[in-house]
Order: sequence, then C-alpha cells, then structure tokens
Amino acid sequence: MAEILVLVDHLDGTVRKPTLELLTLARRLGEPSAVFLGPGAGAAAETLGRYGAHKVYVVDAPEVEDFLVTPAVDALAQIAESAGPAAILLPSGPDGKETAARVALRLESGLITDAVDITAGEDGRPVTEQSVFAATYQVTAHITQGIPVITVKPNATAPEPAPVTPEVEKWDVAFGPAATTVKVLSRTPRERGDRPELTEADIVVSGGRGVNGAENFAVIERVADVLGAAVGASRAAVDAGWYPHSHQVGQTGTQVSPQLYLAAGISGAIQHRAGMQTAKTIVAVNKDKDAPIFELADYGVVGDLFQVLPQLVEEIERRRS
Amino acid sequence: MKIVVCVKHVPDATADRTFTEDGTNDRGSVDSLLSELDEYAVEQALRIVESGVEAEITYLTVGPDDAKDALRKALAMGGDSAIHVSDQDIEGSDAFGTSLVLAGAIERHGFDLVLCGMASTDGTMSVVPALLAERLGVPAVTHLEELTVEDGTVTGRRESDSATVRVQGALPAVVSVTDRSGDARYPSFKGIMAAKKKPLETLDLADLGIDTERVGRTGARSAVDTAARRPPRTKGEIVAADGTGDAGLAAFLTAKKFV
Repeated sequence: MAEILVLVDHLDGTVRKPTLELLTLARRLGEPSAVFLGPGAGAAAETLGRYGAHKVYVVDAPEVEDFLVTPAVDALAQIAESAGPAAILLPSGPDGKETAARVALRLESGLITDAVDITAGEDGRPVTEQSVFAATYQVTAHITQGIPVITVKPNATAPEPAPVTPEVEKWDVAFGPAATTVKVLSRTPRERGDRPELTEADIVVSGGRGVNGAENFAVIERVADVLGAAVGASRAAVDAGWYPHSHQVGQTGTQVSPQLYLAAGISGAIQHRAGMQTAKTIVAVNKDKDAPIFELADYGVVGDLFQVLPQLVEEIERRRS
Repeated sequence: MKIVVCVKHVPDATADRTFTEDGTNDRGSVDSLLSELDEYAVEQALRIVESGVEAEITYLTVGPDDAKDALRKALAMGGDSAIHVSDQDIEGSDAFGTSLVLAGAIERHGFDLVLCGMASTDGTMSVVPALLAERLGVPAVTHLEELTVEDGTVTGRRESDSATVRVQGALPAVVSVTDRSGDARYPSFKGIMAAKKKPLETLDLADLGIDTERVGRTGARSAVDTAARRPPRTKGEIVAADGTGDAGLAAFLTAKKFV
C-alpha cells in the first residue's frame, strides 16, 4: 500500500488534534507514516499508532528546536526522497505551510495549501477541497507534478482511531547550511487556559465591537464556559486591545469551522465572515437588526448582548438542572 | 543597503470575486488594488529607513499592465523606485512560477533585505516568502509582528503554530511581516504627486532569462477541477430579544443538541 507521510504537530511530545485529523485523512490515500521532529517521540508513538500510523520516523536532533522551519524541511525532504511516499500531508499554519512550500520546491512537487477535505481520486491520487475568496467558493483541485504536498486546515475531518503498533525508526538527518540560518532565541508556548483551542473547538463564542471593553469579555467567556466553547474575537475587538490577537477570527486571524459559531456584538464585515462562515450553525446576537451577520445566521436575536447573553446562560443552566 | 519590497495587485477583497472558466482568478470582474497585507511590508521598509538605516527602497510586482497601480500606491507612501515584471506568458502562474519570476528580478536588482506581506489577500497561500528564500539561498525570517534591523541581522517576534518565538537571521534575508506589525500610513497629497516622478522599470521574462515553460499555466504544478460558489446561507429565524430569559435561543441550541 502506498505510504503517506504526515508531519506531526506536537508540543513537547503531546500530539495536537489536527495531526490526528491528518492521519485519518491519510488513510483514505494509503498507509500513514508519521514524521516526528524533536524530543518526546516515545509517548507520541502510541497516540500516532492509535490513529493508524504504521511507522513513525523520529528525528530527535537539537537543530529542530534551535532553528526556524528549515531543519524540518531537510528532515521531511530527505525522508520523502528515501521513502517515495504517494503524498505528504502537513498542518496548515505558518510553520506547516512554509515547510510544505520548501519541501515541494526541493522535490519538484506541486503544493496545495489550506485543504478542508481530501479524497482519493479515480487514480488513487489526492483530490482536495478548499474554501476560497473569503469562503464564498468551494474549489476542488489536484496536483499535476511530483509527490503531492498538501497542507490541511484544522477540523477538516473528525479523528477516527484505527489502532496499529507502529514501527519506530530513528532517522539521522544531514542538515544543510540553510537549516541553521534562522536562530530561535526564545520560545514561549502560547498559554492554554481551560477552554478548548480556537481552531479545534466544536463551539466558538465570539465577541466584537459591541462588547465595548476588555472587562466586558467576561460576558462572552461565561457563555463559552457554559457551552464548553472556545472564545473568539473580531478584528475590531482585538485591535482595540480588548482580547488577545491569538483569538482573532477572520481573514487575517484564525479561520474556524466549528459545529456552532455564536457571534455577539459582531456586525459581520467580510473580513470576519471569511473566518467563520463555514461553521455548521451560526447564531448572532446584535443590537442592530440590519447587521450583515444576520444574513448568515441560522438563528438571530436582535437585542442588547449584555441582557441576552446572561439570560441565555441562566436559561441553559435552568434547562440542565 | 538595498531593500526590495514585493507587492501584489489583487482583486478587492471586499468585493464579490469570481473565477474564470479555466479555474483561475478572474481579475477583470472587480477593481484591483495594492493587497492590504503588503501595505504592512511597505510601512516596515519606510520605518527601517526612518530609524536611521541608510537604504534605498525598491518595490517589485509581477502582473498585467494595471499592476503598476500597486507600485504607484506604494511609491506614494514613500520609497525610491519600482520594478514591474509583465509578460503574457506569466498569466496563470502558481506560487512556484511567481516566486521564480520574483527571485529573478530580485537577483538582477541586487538586495540586502526582501520584505513581503504575510500572504496575498487573493491566493492566501502565504508561501511566496519561503519560496523566495529557498530560491535565493538566504534566511527566511517570516511572520514577524515586530522587527529590528541592525548590525547586519534582522531580529523579530513571530507567532508560530503553537508558540511565540523570537528569531534572528543574518542579512541578506527575506522577511515577511504580519498585519500586527504596525498600521500602514496613508499616502499624502505630496507623496502621490512625487510618486508620479519616481523611476519605474518594466521587465519581461526575456530580460530575466526565464524560460516561458517554467511559468504560467504550463509551469503550474496544480490544477483546479471545479470551482463552485457556495450556496448562500439561508437566513434563519431572527427574533427580537424577549427579555424573558431568551428561551427561544436556548430552545434553538437545545434542539440542535448544543445544550
């Protein structure tokens, strides 16, 4: 069966959910092999095997953590040259996309970024689906040259276990001069609260200009917590300094595709819609009955979010008790 | 030193963009302008010079005739000169073709620092800076929210996939900046007038010695099979806040099994 390489996204050996999604998609194309860079492969191998990785290539070299992107490029390109996979899948993110582009250039391959789905075409080669032009178009595409290199957005599919015991292979990479040119001076893992991560969450509750102040975001957080949701923010709210940039939903922030998106005090400018309109269900709360967000909403409440949201929390708690 | 800022003329991201029949971006259907995300790269180049670094700023674009408008807009913000690479055979290029042409023009001009935006607002792939660095054989210090150029190095803060990292690379280098790097200035009337007199050079593939087979649709490494407009979302039930606990919304969420 054709081998499919999957670059693992992890934090100190804890495999992040998008990688499990990649392994699930890879099984549609062939037999997944995981490429794990950095320390902590021992614990990760079990998780990767549970989601169908028959093999785990491990590159535990200091270069991977001490330098930006290019050590990963050397590792992935060299493993690909030796393994001759039928496709290479990476997570869409700044690091994943850059790694993918450089690997594709070295392998003289084609590249597709930000796929939201992958299926096997008639010849077994991958056919991708992408959401483009601020999510107004769905595009299917394929790669016409070399080993297909594809980056995939979070939430493209639900991770499905398919347990195997993976063969773990340590790999020595011969790092080229380009691998060690951009030094990582310091690394601060992004703070993770108790809430789910924005890109991975099934439910996202977002606040915008109408929240009108950093301290008022507590109202949004309260709804998020009662629904087990992640918190998002519009660009206006982030630019005003009310909520951290890592929570920005939109064209230049994070693009989310949750089961439920609840937008409060967000008018729904195209910039914002580009980041959320592929959500399954959209609910909007806004004072302005003409706000464009209502055009997208499956359910909308015209009213003051500071009244509607606390009442909603009460009502949900009442229904649960 | 020489700073080259890569800019792109893109269909207005706030307009209703469409595809042509062969699955490429339909540039004729809406007005085009300088990609908003490239304005941040222009701004950073200007700030580097204003911080006291002695440098000459050249803008570079690849695109059809009207792509010159993006160069004029950048020149109106500041900077010295511009290069426009235009050739019928470039049409339909993917990121590999585009980066090949850009790298050819950058090498021909000479550079110490190449500045780019974090992505274009139409293709949104975000890979051209990395491809340029790979082709030019120089460090890529990308996705910076903050940067300093001094003593032959560029240092900056980057939001990576799961962490904030401080990174540093030696010049010459390719740098990309995000929309958090600092608000771009508006061109002044004086700037707009001055831009008309700044030198703008036009080049084609022959000037860069690039084989036409390697760019355009022939050189593209991927193909679009179908491009379909997403069915517009149907507007659901919009109700006025009832003031009685918003039972309607709670009932909706319960029916959808979110509660």
